[in-house]
Parts: sequence; structure tokens; C-alpha cells
Amino acid sequence: MKNKKMTHSFQRLRRVFLALPLLLASLTVWLPLWWMAMGALTPLDELTATLGPALMGREGYALWPLLPSWPTLSPLVELLLDTPEFFAMFWNTCVLVLPQVLGQLLVGIPAAWALSRLRFRGQGALKTLYLVLMLLPFQVTMVSAYLAADRLGLLDTVWAVILPGIFGAFPVFIMTKGFDVVPAALLEAASLDGAGPLGTLVRIGVPLGMPGVLSAAVLGFLEAWNAIEQPMAFLQTKALWPLSLYLPQIAAQRLGLAMSASLVMLAPAALIFRFGQQYLTLGIQSSGLKE
Amino acid sequence: MSGKSRLFYKPRKAGRTRKSARAAVPWLFCAPSLLGLGIFTLFPFLDAVRRGFTDAMGARFVGLKNFASVLENAAFRLAAANTARFLAVCVPLLLAVSLLMALAVRALAGAARVFETTLLLPMAVPVAGIALLWQALFHKSGVINGALSALGLETVDFMGSGAAFWVLVGTYVWKNVGYNMVLWIAGLDAIPDSLYEAARVDGAGVWRCFWCVTLPGVLPTLFLTAALSLLNACKVFREAYLVGGAYPHDSIYLLQHLFNNWFRELDVGRLCAAAVLLAAALLGVLLPMQKLWGDAE
Repeated sequence: MKNKKMTHSFQRLRRVFLALPLLLASLTVWLPLWWMAMGALTPLDELTATLGPALMGREGYALWPLLPSWPTLSPLVELLLDTPEFFAMFWNTCVLVLPQVLGQLLVGIPAAWALSRLRFRGQGALKTLYLVLMLLPFQVTMVSAYLAADRLGLLDTVWAVILPGIFGAFPVFIMTKGFDVVPAALLEAASLDGAGPLGTLVRIGVPLGMPGVLSAAVLGFLEAWNAIEQPMAFLQTKALWPLSLYLPQIAAQRLGLAMSASLVMLAPAALIFRFGQQYLTLGIQSSGLKE
Repeated sequence: MSGKSRLFYKPRKAGRTRKSARAAVPWLFCAPSLLGLGIFTLFPFLDAVRRGFTDAMGARFVGLKNFASVLENAAFRLAAANTARFLAVCVPLLLAVSLLMALAVRALAGAARVFETTLLLPMAVPVAGIALLWQALFHKSGVINGALSALGLETVDFMGSGAAFWVLVGTYVWKNVGYNMVLWIAGLDAIPDSLYEAARVDGAGVWRCFWCVTLPGVLPTLFLTAALSLLNACKVFREAYLVGGAYPHDSIYLLQHLFNNWFRELDVGRLCAAAVLLAAALLGVLLPMQKLWGDAE
């Protein structure tokens, strides 16, 4: 009896011991997000007083209270109603991100299907090619992409960001893993029923491989939504810049706006995260799976 | 005769064309993707390799001059050394921290999934928002220094001293720990319970189970996790750039800064040579890793 009680309390101690580091790590996530949300609800004069020392070069030390002393929606309202440049930046981001993600799926799905479910000579070499390309960082391909865009006359247009983004290797890699689960027997049956390769892909492959497709979409969206390097390298006209590039530049002059804008920018990503987390997790898992 | 040929040869001929048509299907499926990769990545990269060996106009062959000029460049040496130091510190640290977190989440089970969600969240937080936050926190007169001075401790110039390096390492771990945790959890889930039971029957304790079952069990996961961590480490430049600008403190002047600055100066010859060197270094590390990872199956 006594022994059982001891094991029980030992169990609880063990759980606390395990949860503590996780809790601390989680605090480093929750606290910044809380600050970000509260920053958008803080009136400008209070923001200037509390964060001014760090962000606007004022005297003293910055302070970030857990709650604003006088919460207000006015910066957010101002941002949404009276700031056309914000809408322009937001629109710019959408123009860069949405065609990129859709294009990735459109181009990537057939390629991933072929790499996963069809058998052909050179398949292994192609798979290795995609893996290698996936692992090369943007800095390696930056100058080549620049030269290509220059030759095609795309520089300083949104296409210089969108087109190379569409033809990435990462979405193909993720979707290949997603299609790997489609049973081969099903494909044989479909082919006996007279379905062509395209019909098989559309009617069987895409529905069954949907989790992989959505994973690629979620990861592709988050990546493109936060992209800094590509627009910075290929877009010189500031009128084309996405939020991610523009936001840090306006912080010093328009702190309230920057706070609200960073919250609004978080919103689509957070929504995608909320509803697509299982696909995000799945996508990450499949990026680590062995062949 | 003609009837015989129709009977025997025509169908075979038709079969052959159908077969070759079928052989073309996978390539047709891959064609849009391969074409785009060719136009925007592969051929331009081959062109970059060629330009690495030619002068600024891309016309005259200059041998290894560009490579020598890159390797002698003080900024390149600083950036390469910093990047190597950064990778050597942050990748193993991230791998260890995320493995420990994954073990803790799995041991707690059930409600602990909320931690998994939480630690994945930084992936979704826009970099620009983080940059703003980091500026407020780590500035010379930022929130953390305010707290330090209120406690009567010495303040630290986080972004203007060697401490910037550790801020960057912290940011990287903060941002990627969820991603790696998911990878580890998948790897840990793949270890059959029977192995643990067998070890326990043999009298192995918690530590022996960890060393003799868990670690060898997640080894196949390790290679790609490490490779992806390396790739994600290249993206930490976003935070570094938004917080520290194009010329941050010397301790976090990374290869990405250098590429970016040379890019703005349009120093194409040197840039191409540096890109080739970086690609060679990365593939030199990653391909043997991939081979090991493939062999571990």
C-alpha cells in the first residue's frame, strides 16, 4: 500500500519534471505572441513611451507591459480603414504567394505522381536530382536565378519571384512521399478498367494523395508568406514589395501601424496553421521519412 | 501472306507503339516541372559555374582567378568562418534539444500534444513580426536590458557584441524546435515496442534503454533531420538581416550577408565562384550523409 502510494507520487514528480522544460519552452512562444497581440491594442502614445527607447531611439529602457493600460482598437481600425498603403502591401504579398503555391501544386502533382507511382528508366536519378535541389539553399541558386530572370526580361516584375518559386523541388519531394501510400493494386485495377494514366492520377491519385498535397500547400504557403530573400533580390520597385519586406522599414516612423500590421500578417498564417496543422505535421513527417 | 502479316506483325507493331507511348507518360508528367527547373535553376546554375571561371563580362576564361579572389577575400573568410561556427553550434544543439523535447512529449502523452502545437507555432509567426519583437527585446536599451538594469545587473549590448551570435542561435532553435520535434516523434514512433520490452526483460534500465534501443532506433531519422536542419539554418538569415541589417556585428556576418552584399554590387564573377564553392561544400557534406542514410535502411 505504502509502496503503491510512493510510486504514485514518484510518477507525479516525474511528470512535473518532464513538463517543466516543455512549459518553459512554450512560454518563449506564448509570451511573444501575447506581446504581439497586445502591441496592436496599445494606443500609439503608450507604445511610444514603452517601446520608444528600443525602436525609436528615445532615452531610457524599453518596457513591454503584459497588458496595455488603456486598450484600444484604434490602431487596428486605422490600419484597416485609413491606410491604403497597407492594403497595397497586403495585396502584393497575396500576388506573390497565391500563384506560387497554386503553381507548385499544378506542376508538382504530376511530377510527384510519376516519381512515386510510375516505373521508368532514370527514375532513381531524377529522385536524387530533386533531393539535391531541395537541399540547396537560396543563396546557391540566387545568382543563377537572377541571371535567368535577367535573360527572360522578368527582373523587377512579380514573375521573377513567382516562376522560380513554382518550380521548387521541395513540394515535389513532399507530394512524392504523399503518393507513396496509394496502393499499387488499386492502380492495376484502374488500368484494367481502361483508365488512362491521367484519369488514374485525377480520379485515384489526387484524392488518395490529398494529405500530401495539402502538406505541400501548407508548407509552401508558410514559406512564401515569410519570404524575404527572393523579393529582396528580384524586386527593386518598392511598390511591388510584400509586407514581409516593408514592415521592418516602417517600424521606426509608424510604430502603431507596424504593430497592427504584424498582427494582421500573422492572421492568415495562424488560420492556415489552425486548420492545416495535421497536414503541416504530416508534411514535416514525410520530409523526414526514408524512401 | 498479307493475312498472315496482318495477324502476326500488325498487332505486335501496334503493341510496340503503345508500349513506347506508355514509356513516355512518366516523362510527360515530369516535363513541366523539369522544364521549369531547367530554365530557372539547372541551366542558370551551369552558367554560373561557367561564369565562375570567366571574367566579369563572362567572356574570357580566367581559370581559378575568381575562386582565388573569393578565398582571399577577408569578408568571405569572416563570413565562412562565422557560418561554419554557427552551423557547428546550432545544428547539434537543435538536434539535441528537439530530441529531448520529443522524448518528453512522448513520455507525457495525451495532453502534452498541446506542447507540440505550441512549439510548431514559431514556424507560422511572420519573420517581420519576430524582427520587430526582437528589436524591442534585444536592443541596447531594450526590454531585457531594462530588466537587467532594474535588477542592478550589468546590461549587455546584444546586437552590437559577440552576444549577437547567441541571439541568432537562440532564434534558430526557437524557430525550428517544433519542426524537428515532429520528425523525432515520427522516428521514435517507428521503434517497435517489442524492442523495449526485450531490453527490459534483459534488465536494462531507463538509460540503457535510451542508449541501446532509442538512439540506434532513431539513427535513420537523424540523417535527414540533420540535413533539413542545415537547410533551415540557411533561412535564419531572414531574422539576422531584419534585426541587424546588411552589415550586422562581425560575429553574425554570415555567408548569406556576404552573398546579399555582393549581389547588390553585382559582382557576378565572384558571386558565381562563391555559389559554386558553397554548393560544393554543402553537397560534400550532404551527399555522403544521404548515402549513409540510404545504407542505414
